[in-house]
Amino acid sequence: MTKGAMPLHPTLELKALDEATEKIDAIARNFNLDFYDMYFEICPADIIYSFGAYGMPTRFSHWTFGKAYHKMKTQYDYNLSRIYEMVINSDPCYAFLLEGNSLVQNKMVIAHVLAHNDFFKNNHYFKRTTKKMVESMSTAANRIREYEFKYGRDRVESFLDSAIAVQEHVDPQHYISSGVKKPEGPEKHCCSGGKCSPGQCGNKHDQGTTPYDDLWELDQKECTGKCGGGEQQREKKFPRQPEKDLLLFMMEHARDLEEWQRDILSIIREEMLYFWPQMQTKVMNEGWATYWHMRIIRELDLTGDEAVEFAKMHAGVIHPSRYTLNPYLLGLKIFEDIEKRWDNPSDEERVKFDRKGNEGKNKILEVRESENDISFIRNYLTRELIDDLDLYLYKKVGHEWKVVDKDWEKVRDGLVRNLYNCGYPHIVVENGDFGKRGEIYLKHIHEGMDLDVFYLEKTLPHVFKIWGRPVHMETAVDGKEVLFSYNGEKVSKKFI
Amino acid sequence: MSGKYTISREDWSLHRKGEIDRERHREKVKEAIKKNLADVVSEESIILSDGRKVVKVPIRSLDEYHFRFDTGKRKHAGQGDGNSKEGDLLGSDQKKADGPGKSPGAGDEPGVDYYEAEITIDELAQLIFEDLGLPNLQQKKKPELASEAFEFKDVRKMGISSNIDRKRTIMEAMKRNALKGGIKGTYNITRDDLRFKTWDVTFKYESSAVVLAMMDTSGSMGPWEKYIARSFFFWMVRFLRTKYQNVQIVFLAHHVEAKETTEEEFFTKGASGGTRCSSVYKLALEIIEERYSPQDYNIYAFHFSDGDNLSSDNERCVRYVNELLKICNLVGYGEIEGPYYHASTLRNAFKKLSDNNFTSIGIKDKSDVYPALKKFFHNRNESKA
Repeated sequence: MTKGAMPLHPTLELKALDEATEKIDAIARNFNLDFYDMYFEICPADIIYSFGAYGMPTRFSHWTFGKAYHKMKTQYDYNLSRIYEMVINSDPCYAFLLEGNSLVQNKMVIAHVLAHNDFFKNNHYFKRTTKKMVESMSTAANRIREYEFKYGRDRVESFLDSAIAVQEHVDPQHYISSGVKKPEGPEKHCCSGGKCSPGQCGNKHDQGTTPYDDLWELDQKECTGKCGGGEQQREKKFPRQPEKDLLLFMMEHARDLEEWQRDILSIIREEMLYFWPQMQTKVMNEGWATYWHMRIIRELDLTGDEAVEFAKMHAGVIHPSRYTLNPYLLGLKIFEDIEKRWDNPSDEERVKFDRKGNEGKNKILEVRESENDISFIRNYLTRELIDDLDLYLYKKVGHEWKVVDKDWEKVRDGLVRNLYNCGYPHIVVENGDFGKRGEIYLKHIHEGMDLDVFYLEKTLPHVFKIWGRPVHMETAVDGKEVLFSYNGEKVSKKFI
Repeated sequence: MSGKYTISREDWSLHRKGEIDRERHREKVKEAIKKNLADVVSEESIILSDGRKVVKVPIRSLDEYHFRFDTGKRKHAGQGDGNSKEGDLLGSDQKKADGPGKSPGAGDEPGVDYYEAEITIDELAQLIFEDLGLPNLQQKKKPELASEAFEFKDVRKMGISSNIDRKRTIMEAMKRNALKGGIKGTYNITRDDLRFKTWDVTFKYESSAVVLAMMDTSGSMGPWEKYIARSFFFWMVRFLRTKYQNVQIVFLAHHVEAKETTEEEFFTKGASGGTRCSSVYKLALEIIEERYSPQDYNIYAFHFSDGDNLSSDNERCVRYVNELLKICNLVGYGEIEGPYYHASTLRNAFKKLSDNNFTSIGIKDKSDVYPALKKFFHNRNESKA
């Protein structure tokens, strides 16, 4: 046994870790990373894996988390995968380190986590996430626990099943309109008395002075056009605009829900909105953390053994896959490429974009602040990089999975398309009083990708369970428009 | 820039949420399997499991449904090793069943979309057998064999060191130390403290059963019919093993003539020609006479056929079955109903039989195997009471 592999006494281990953290912290600040205070906690494997399954240590209890936990824990037990850490977007920032990590593993993890922390603090899309989610989730979990005592475990569980089935259908941009929209309801219509003018209809806005004010006008013009054409039809529309936030819509307008059920919908929605920016910036966030753990570890004095161990672990993190894109690797490569191109711009870039050179570090700091995965890839994944990484699109052809696109623009656009709405179908509430029977009419905004019909048919009953009345969903299958309906007993479909 | 960070290590032993929800998930898996027993019982991966202890059972009701894209229709992104080109093959769906390790990157591979629960065959058997009962349990005169068994039930001061009884030894040491006064712990284990586990030789009496698996292998019995029979016998033997220490199974195949076969032949080999069912009942009676005296054995006879028997033979069949009923615990007849309608089937002929120990079952479909088992092994004594 070599000296490096000897397990340290817990107190010594903590002391060594403390020293390392102090160094890493100083190096990171020197690199202009800007993060919340850190709170590290060393946990045994089953705890880390349960946090991984729940997304948060304090989250409510549900069998689907148990299923995820079982799967992750089994993979760990068979040595198939390993989570080294888990980090939480909060202030102070919590990070959980796997008990049994070696010192050098922990050094890498700490550097990695500090960069995540910096990303949480500075990326624009995280600006609206609460930094007290650990506590919020904990109180929400307690409320759900109380509901279980009060209304029965099976009832609460089955309602959670339904809420979770539609949890992705929230609108992270809702705050933009929520500040100006009037509360809606079936009784309240925007254009009363059949008269409709641009000012009344649609959203009212403070006519402030920003460079983007003209965008609001576009909205109004479109609205005038519509209202002028079909006043009668417009009058009865509920919701006025198609509503992407299905959870919010049902929470506010489903007629027969009890208070505890509305509360559960609101909990699920808040938690989804909290996690959304993390899903929206997965490639960037992991790329950023990987970029920095490399840079920071380079500044440390590692022994030969430690350097080898670090190299092994790092190689594991950025290992490419034929079937999916490794966000750590892709994000890292793009950030490195940006840095390179802004440090040493080509002559063309110097002239055309006025790039002066040696701006790499500043540029990547700016990118981490203002982009999300979609804009990151659209703006910075270059042809050279796609060729270099050998990215492709593949598809099922008959029974086989085959590479179908190598053209760089198609690959880039394909990537962006898959990231749109975090990879979930875009579904809106088109009508909350369909057929004047209070039925809900959903519409899938079809952007070239069909829905999984089997899953669709199994999900509609969940919507029914929440809404309490028949559910309809318009989509297209193989180019034909189809309406799926569920009336509480069975799913039917018809072409429209 | 004060370096504000904290590192700590807490006691997490009370954090049980993951385990609690995992247990709830397991419960739901069991519930789901129980609801689907009819499908699970004839699941190929189980019947053909070849002694594997853990089987995978697809459970659709535990899928987490949500609105999602059709993975088979959309394009996914991947990364090659530097030389990928259009048309490269990444994988294929066709040969999924080829066994473990063959599918590339199982798990993150697209296309695998239903949840499979892992369950041991024993657990599954427990669920299946919950509702089954063994009627007509008869005390047999002499057990087939009484084997020597070793039972550890004695503790001595001398013995083989591999049989040392740690707990008792330490207890002795503690006792001795405590008597000396005040020394806590287990210091100084002396020779006198040592305790050894020791065995006694006892005799263990075994109860025995024999299953007479009879099947029509005439031309009209195809692989599907044989599979049905196979699933039935699979669970039947397993069930009997929970009740008897020693269960033997005898395979008898017949068309016009009957003969004893090996298990493999029984389920795989086919023959052509007509059907005379009485031949197999006659053979069964002979074999019982020769080898399995009803005084020593619990005998379970079950016969599968598609019922397309020579009509002239039906009378004889009824007579032989009546004889079998005198010496067997249970006699059953399963008719696998094919797509063709037979005007006069064996099952009709058996309607005359009124013996409580005779069961006749019609099977149309894979999912009928479980009801068939339940019917054959329902607890008659209970239902009478």
